[in-house]
Amino acid sequence: MKNLDSVFAAYMVGWTVFFVYYISVARRTAALREDIERLKNLLNRGK
Amino acid sequence: MKKSILSAMVVLLLLGAAAYGAFFVAPPDAKQGVIYRILFLHVASAWTGLTSFFICFIANLLYVVRRQPRWDWLGVSAGETGLVFTTVVLLTGPIWAHPVWGIWWTWDARLTSTFVLWLLYVSYLLLRTLVEEPDRRALLSALFGIFAFIDVPLVFGSIRWWRTQHPQPVVMGAPGSGLDPTMYKVLFFTWFAMLGLMTLLLRQRYRLEAMRGEIEIVQRELEAA
Repeated sequence: MKNLDSVFAAYMVGWTVFFVYYISVARRTAALREDIERLKNLLNRGK
Repeated sequence: MKKSILSAMVVLLLLGAAAYGAFFVAPPDAKQGVIYRILFLHVASAWTGLTSFFICFIANLLYVVRRQPRWDWLGVSAGETGLVFTTVVLLTGPIWAHPVWGIWWTWDARLTSTFVLWLLYVSYLLLRTLVEEPDRRALLSALFGIFAFIDVPLVFGSIRWWRTQHPQPVVMGAPGSGLDPTMYKVLFFTWFAMLGLMTLLLRQRYRLEAMRGEIEIVQRELEAA
């Protein structure tokens, strides 16, 4: 079938963008959670 | 099972069903052959991106009126999510255009207005990194977000008001335009699945922004004490 590779390329590109964004938000959230924990520990030590 | 994992699985199932519909349920197109199947991802992503920008616009308006941080958090989350969907539109469009038009890109009204929309929301997100003071940042970005949304009706109207290289609209177009009924069903199902994905991404992004916002509030209170 002519151009089937272009169709697969478009879908692969699309799903990759969504997946990368999902992972990026998850990683930013995890990093922020770590920062919050560090801050909490710092505050507790200061008391 | 955690609610977030369950909703991610439901969205994944919907997207899988949408892809199945795009490849195996929708009938072949007499003129374009198999390449037209990009339409389902391309058009559904475009509609979802515009929906996300609309949410961003409403959140920006509500922030200007009410000055509550949660509207700022929703605004930036929806702006970023809309940008992701518009990125997919701008990437899949040329892959579709090249075999059909013989060119990757042309500066016609639809393509240009969509690219400008993408640039406007990149600027909206960049602006937020340039202003440190949270209230000032929220107000400035809300005002800029309201301004950026002006391009959305231009994107919508571009293929209705001007002659463009880009095809005519598949919905709300001129008489005689449109799609086969099965293609419509697959397209609207794909949009539904994409809205599910948008909700998932938006919720996750909002949670991140709310956490950041709350840290800023605590920091300000500590500094004031």
